Amino acid sequence: MDVSGVLFEQITKRFGETVAVDSLDLRVDDGEFMVLLGPSGCGKTTALRLIAGLESADGGRLRIGDRDVTRVEAKDRDVAMVFQSYALYPHMTVAGNIESPLVARRVSVDGDEPRKLSSAERSARVAEAAGVLGLSELLGRKPAALSGGQRQRVALARAIVSRPSVFLMDEPLSNLDAKLRAQTRLELVDLHRRLATTFVYVTHDQVEAMTMATRMAIMVDGRLQQVGSPREVYERPANLFVARFIGSPPMNSLPGTFEVREGEPSVRVGSGRWPLARGAAAPAEGRRVTVGVRPEHLFITPPGPGNGPGTGAGAGAEGGIDGVIAAVEWLGHERHLVCDVDGSRVTVRETSEHADPEPGRPVRLLARPDAVQLFDESSGDRLR
Amino acid sequence: MSGRRIRERGLAAVLLLPSALIFAAFFFYPLYRLVYLGLHQQNRFGTAERWVGWSQFSDVLTGDDFRDGLSHTVVYVLLTVPAGLVLGVLLAVAAHRRLRGIRVFQTIFGSTVASSVAVASVVFLVLVNPQIGYFRDIGFLSLSDPDTALRGVALSSIWQNLGLTFIIVLAGLQAVPDELYEAAVLDGFGPVRRFWRVTLPLISPTLLFLVVVLVIFGFQAFAQVEILTAGGPAGSTETLVFKIFRNQQPATVGVGAVMAIGLFVITVVVTLVQFALLERRVHYGS
Repeated sequence: MDVSGVLFEQITKRFGETVAVDSLDLRVDDGEFMVLLGPSGCGKTTALRLIAGLESADGGRLRIGDRDVTRVEAKDRDVAMVFQSYALYPHMTVAGNIESPLVARRVSVDGDEPRKLSSAERSARVAEAAGVLGLSELLGRKPAALSGGQRQRVALARAIVSRPSVFLMDEPLSNLDAKLRAQTRLELVDLHRRLATTFVYVTHDQVEAMTMATRMAIMVDGRLQQVGSPREVYERPANLFVARFIGSPPMNSLPGTFEVREGEPSVRVGSGRWPLARGAAAPAEGRRVTVGVRPEHLFITPPGPGNGPGTGAGAGAEGGIDGVIAAVEWLGHERHLVCDVDGSRVTVRETSEHADPEPGRPVRLLARPDAVQLFDESSGDRLR
Repeated sequence: MSGRRIRERGLAAVLLLPSALIFAAFFFYPLYRLVYLGLHQQNRFGTAERWVGWSQFSDVLTGDDFRDGLSHTVVYVLLTVPAGLVLGVLLAVAAHRRLRGIRVFQTIFGSTVASSVAVASVVFLVLVNPQIGYFRDIGFLSLSDPDTALRGVALSSIWQNLGLTFIIVLAGLQAVPDELYEAAVLDGFGPVRRFWRVTLPLISPTLLFLVVVLVIFGFQAFAQVEILTAGGPAGSTETLVFKIFRNQQPATVGVGAVMAIGLFVITVVVTLVQFALLERRVHYGS
């Protein structure tokens, strides 16, 4: 295995009756920026703490690099963690905080046997880490005299100073304001590129996951749902949960029936119908499914003559599903049309160049055939 | 002055009045009476008094009685405060963990806060009773030996104050975020170094508060002395407050008043010095 990857093998962690992490199998490759994403309580933070050694697994094995660390103490795992609250020592200066991982631990220098660093070596490391994060002017200050963004940098500097093989980050941006968060995302990606080390990053914010991850792992209720690049996960979600968790506004989901007419696959929703692209794997004909379409893959047209409700099958080759605009959300660069369709709500995302349509107007919804996804009605697993 | 200002002044005076009255009745007037009594001498029946001036202050404050009382009090403070603080911190650190049933121990350790000095002293009196006491053979606690009696009194006070110290230190420990300890674990610090590097600095405001409070408690020690030794044997446990109490007869009330003023000034000075010395080493959270 690689030098600093992380491998979960059937890792389980319980807290009393609750199973926080359930038989997790996950491989984080060396040098990867892996984001663990999920709603609160999904087990992502517990998974991170298991890597750190702050929790011990009830079952399974955990490897860092080629070492089995399942029973190795936190300090000997060669990992560093950035906490959500940063966990800076308030009574120490910035320099003291950054230095602290070097004081008691043995640290490897240029790949040699780990050893304790001399005071001069420690100072050099602190200066270097502070330089990387632009903290050189602040070394003498206490955390109370720093801004939120500066504290976050100190926490990062404390993490990089011992040059660990794995960086762990637990929602490190959640205490920053929106503007600073966007800026720090870019800096973290840049830091990852410069350090070329494994990052494992926990967040519930899909934007952070999408923008920073090389791969992301989505968890729900302690179970891994899907692992993949942000694009894979967005375009081919493994199940309805992932489909609706990733993307904003979330993917539309409607009850429907899979049909094939004259060799042309389509899905019937209420009295309308959306054609599907040919060639993809198909479920059994007549099967009840949940239809998923992202808002940007829907378009509206006027419900033209002969295309109206009740004509059903005669809706033309491009098909379409009729509905009524219920609300318009104008966001400047785009707008979201919320439509009522057969008792379901469907959101259409479109550019805001032309005048906003009036709520109450009847419309026909068209979908890009290759972008319509089908999920199992009961399990939510992806069908095509 | 504008009408509005006058109204505001009036409102301020009305709002200040209740606390001003309480301070006047229970602090300023008694202080004035102490000074007055200290400047006068009364006959044996308290029926007549004559002005003796500041000479009574200099006589009493430089006299053997005051010096003995002060030295007993200082020794008593030195015996009770450091030991009580260390024990309280040890107990609190021991009880500050997530264990099933730990609250039972927390309640037991904190329970002495619910007992009065009198109860604690009577319990201790039974423990050191020369005939039946559990500690009757422990010579260095004996209340009947002038060399050891103050230690015995101090021990009972350490026990009595332990509940308060424990509860306040425990509250201080619980205010330290878990993530700081976890960060320290990842930084490779063992339990002992975590205590010195993280815990102690972060509970230092709590400890400063306790030092001040316990020192003042020590300077005010009276009931435990009265119950355990009544100042004896041979006056070896007469603290300042005890001596003030002894000087409440009309003939010596002036002496007692001067001692009380002396104790007040000493307590204020000691507290200010503590703040000045310890403040610099105390970290107040961000």
